[in-house]
Amino acid sequence: MNNLLEVIINTSWETMRDVTPIIATLFFFQYVILKQPIAHLLRVFKGLLFVIFGLSFFLIGLQEAIFPLGDTMARQLTDPYFLYGEQGGEYLWHDYGWVYLFGFSIGFATTFAEPALIAVSLKAQEISGGSISSFGLRVAVAMGVAIGVSIGCFRIITGGPLWAFIVVAYVTVIVQTFFSPKSIIPLAYDSGGVTTSTVTVPLLAALGLGLASTVPGRSPVIDGFGLIAFASVFPIITVLFYAQISLWLERHHSNH
Amino acid sequence: MHRELKAFLTPLLGALRDLSPIVAVILIFQLFVLQQPIPNLTNMLIGFLFVLFGLALFIQGLELALFPIGEKLAYSFAKKGSLFWLLLFAFLLGFGTTIAEPALIAISGKAADIAAEAGLIGSSEVDKSSYANGLRLSVAFSVGLAIFLGVLRILRGWPLPWMIIGGYLLIEVLTPFAPKEIIGIAYDSGGVTTSTITVPLVTALGIGLASSIAGRNPVLDGFGLIAFASLLPMLFVMVYGMTVLP
Repeated sequence: MNNLLEVIINTSWETMRDVTPIIATLFFFQYVILKQPIAHLLRVFKGLLFVIFGLSFFLIGLQEAIFPLGDTMARQLTDPYFLYGEQGGEYLWHDYGWVYLFGFSIGFATTFAEPALIAVSLKAQEISGGSISSFGLRVAVAMGVAIGVSIGCFRIITGGPLWAFIVVAYVTVIVQTFFSPKSIIPLAYDSGGVTTSTVTVPLLAALGLGLASTVPGRSPVIDGFGLIAFASVFPIITVLFYAQISLWLERHHSNH
Repeated sequence: MHRELKAFLTPLLGALRDLSPIVAVILIFQLFVLQQPIPNLTNMLIGFLFVLFGLALFIQGLELALFPIGEKLAYSFAKKGSLFWLLLFAFLLGFGTTIAEPALIAISGKAADIAAEAGLIGSSEVDKSSYANGLRLSVAFSVGLAIFLGVLRILRGWPLPWMIIGGYLLIEVLTPFAPKEIIGIAYDSGGVTTSTITVPLVTALGIGLASSIAGRNPVLDGFGLIAFASLLPMLFVMVYGMTVLP
């Protein structure tokens, strides 16, 4: 118990250092440049305490729960006994089917429930006058993350070069950009960043590192990272694709 | 007291909603596919409670303190600040929010552990924390620069797609020269930065700016800042890797 208390105190101390720059920036500009007092100063101090302790507890929880969980899932899903039972066998990329399915499910479920995405897609529905549906957009982004994470797991298992996969994805995005309705482009570009939330990122990192350290022939330091990059690029592709389909359907309808 | 409790319950439910899809997927896999015991289950459950409680407290704190001040500042600088102070504010806002970003703290710590295990850096706590801090400072500096450039772009009306495509080209040109151990974390850092603290404050700055300039579309221009903030960290983390890794 003393040990836990020590961890909490140490982490809070580090957290205080981490949030100092942004607090200093805000106070400096408020008091020195704008020369305006901050309203509800007491409430602000309470909020800052919440930020520091909340962040500390969150980081300790990540170490205790999210990191080990991602790692355990990666180990159990790639365990030879789980894959082949008693007889053992060759390791080929298609033997890891459950890993891809797990990556797909985690990507889809976390993204579809992401509050930031729900807010953005309602906004998009409003702006587009209903030609983009909020539900459709959420499915498109969630599918993008799901496909991205699955392909990312495939890359870790086969050990392909990260940049080659990402270049292909970028080129696809650039080609799609030329054929997409202009109004959806900034939204699509941003959908990549919005989706990767504070809980999903550490889980994906732990999953990737766990895979890279259990799959034979892979090294965590070279192959382990990269899942987050995949999860950020692929939603752009699926959102642009969804916009193209919607546009095409709309034209098709108005022709009849 | 009743109101206080309600004010805390809302973010707690929000955090629960964030975590529930992860728990659901993992439970389904554990119950129907893997059917294996999870090591250290008690610790993990306590950790989950920490994540839940911490996230709720953190988000409530942001909404009480940082978001109201930050958003108001962003709006007022966008409307009437001088160019110098506006650009300085943009840089510091990007830098400060990124240094405090929880996902980045977690990932850079993990990257340091992995690099130490592979013998790329020393394995003492000092070496690891200096590597992790170096990563975070590179990312934070590049997000600051990205917001700085993004604000300039909004003011001058430079076209977004060409700048983005140019940035990606630069990343791909630099990749073969970077040590292969840094490439994964560099590419990941783009997605890591744009998260809990950075997005709301930076979006407020962008939308405030775009709506205060005549003839600009807040939706089109306000969003471009995030796209920059996911691009530049990839470049700077690779450069950091080239300078510190063998």
